[in-house]
Amino acid sequence: MIELRGVSKRFGPTYDAAARVTRGIAARFGRPQKSETVHAVDNVSLTVARGEVVGLVGESGCGKSTLGRMVAGIMPPSSGEILFKGRNIATLPPDAAKDAKLKVQMIFQDPYASLNPRLRVADIVGEAPRIHGMIPPGQFDTYLDEQLRRAGLDPAFKRRYPHQFSGGQRQRIGIARALAVQPEFLVCDEAVAALDVSIQAQILNLFMDLRRDLNLTYLFISHDLGVVEHLSDRVLIMYLGRIVESGATEDIFGRANHPYTQALLAEVPRIDARKRHFTAIKGEIPSPIAPPSGCHFHPRCPHAMPRCSEEAPVSREIAPGHHSACHLNDRR
Amino acid sequence: MSDIAEESPFRRFLSEFAASKIALGGLIVFTIIALAAIFANWIGPQNPYDLAQLDIMDGRLPPGSKSGAGYTYLLGTDDQGRDMFSGMLFGLRISLAVGVGSAIFAACVGTTLGLLAAFFGRRTDAIIMRVVDLQLSFPSILVALMILAVLGKSVMNVVLALVIVDWAGYARNVRGIAMVERKREYIEAAACLALPWRRIMFGHLLPNCLPPLIVIATQQVARAIALEATLSFLGLGVPITSPSLGLLIANGYQYMLSGKYWISFYPGIALLVTIVSINLVGDHLRDVLNPRLKR
Repeated sequence: MIELRGVSKRFGPTYDAAARVTRGIAARFGRPQKSETVHAVDNVSLTVARGEVVGLVGESGCGKSTLGRMVAGIMPPSSGEILFKGRNIATLPPDAAKDAKLKVQMIFQDPYASLNPRLRVADIVGEAPRIHGMIPPGQFDTYLDEQLRRAGLDPAFKRRYPHQFSGGQRQRIGIARALAVQPEFLVCDEAVAALDVSIQAQILNLFMDLRRDLNLTYLFISHDLGVVEHLSDRVLIMYLGRIVESGATEDIFGRANHPYTQALLAEVPRIDARKRHFTAIKGEIPSPIAPPSGCHFHPRCPHAMPRCSEEAPVSREIAPGHHSACHLNDRR
Repeated sequence: MSDIAEESPFRRFLSEFAASKIALGGLIVFTIIALAAIFANWIGPQNPYDLAQLDIMDGRLPPGSKSGAGYTYLLGTDDQGRDMFSGMLFGLRISLAVGVGSAIFAACVGTTLGLLAAFFGRRTDAIIMRVVDLQLSFPSILVALMILAVLGKSVMNVVLALVIVDWAGYARNVRGIAMVERKREYIEAAACLALPWRRIMFGHLLPNCLPPLIVIATQQVARAIALEATLSFLGLGVPITSPSLGLLIANGYQYMLSGKYWISFYPGIALLVTIVSINLVGDHLRDVLNPRLKR
């Protein structure tokens, strides 16, 4: 349904005319200023099939939110192609591109920042369907009530403002807003991370009900391994802008191959391991401005070899549907 | 229940604004001044522009003198025999109209350009902001003087000059506010819903930039009134046939040291009270609307 081919996203500082002139002068006098480019997402390819729930896991700052935003069409990729139902979104004519964009919707992490504080709930949820003329004028109110009810909100509250709701209810408003344009694909960017655990469960159940009722496909971005294991059919592990391992949920959680995945999983707090002392993965996540050479994980990897710092490992299939990018797999 | 449900940000703001006595006082004073200016024809005993009602023999009478027609010159008369009180009411009307009018026009132009700069960034941003820098690097009084020297004296030309002088301040401020708001997730959500950019800009971005913008606009009204008074005082503002407060002050300036203080003094007080009341309202608006200053 969604396919990414070699997608990268680079963020660099933008220089205005004055900055360009001074940089030019500095370079002229033998002091070239280095341009700091962040490779937030580095040559990522992935596919998500219809009806699938794909979990995307990684540490903070590894580029998973950027990847999600590119999939949702909020940011264009710096290079690479994003295909929706086999067609490259970037080259579609405007109308078709708009339709494709509406079919992919995003649920945001922060339910406080993601709702416009100056609009009433009815406008937040109803604006896009009205603008895009998706609903015959006479049926608008019924349609709106139906969207709110489906997200678990009482339509009686539709004249209220976002600040009058709790975090969980706000997230439901965000979900109703996304559902109102009849999407087929939802990108959930840490959609439950800001909520209380009891509310998290409600929202996760809502996602699963919607999946069944509306035949939705999900890209579920999270750093919460428990949530991802519970929800996903397939899991992608991301480290510093690259996908290091991907496979079915059982394969990832049962037979993790990449040292990074193994390290992540070893540190999940579990009841049977509560006496254990947790050892964090050693070192900080490196700066994406100057990522380590070769395999990005080698400075923190317990199995690092000389080759790891020289050559970036390519992703290879180590079992049916289970891919991993690690030099250790070459020895077998 | 229903009043909770209907509690809009605007109502919250009203109740918070009313909590400050000084600001409320400022608002009341400003309202009285504005009403007096609007109903000048009915309040003032004389129409100072109707030459038939003027008596040159009544020139430079001190406050409280009786006129030939029977009424009292409450604040005295100027050298043409005009009743100062009536003259001030009509002058206030011109001053307020010019100040508020130019502030609104400048706000529209500046806000639109500032939003465009923040929304599109890159080249649009660079071009607009360099023009703003250029504009702001000239002293505003100098630019206004040049424009009026070229275009000539008229009320519309003064408004135009003030708009040209003031739009850049709005543009810079609005850009700053909008750059912060633009990064927020509700704007990304609007983009994800494939809303047209005009709608995102004016329907989502602008309403969230309004609170600081209202504060800036209030202060700019006061600034515009003061600048207009300065221009008129220097003789390049409004024409003599429609005198503003600044021109009234200029008229009496030469009599200041000969004991006939009232010709300049009372218009000056009116100008002062007007600007102070607007600034009081503006300052308190800033306290109410800026969440960072909240206790």
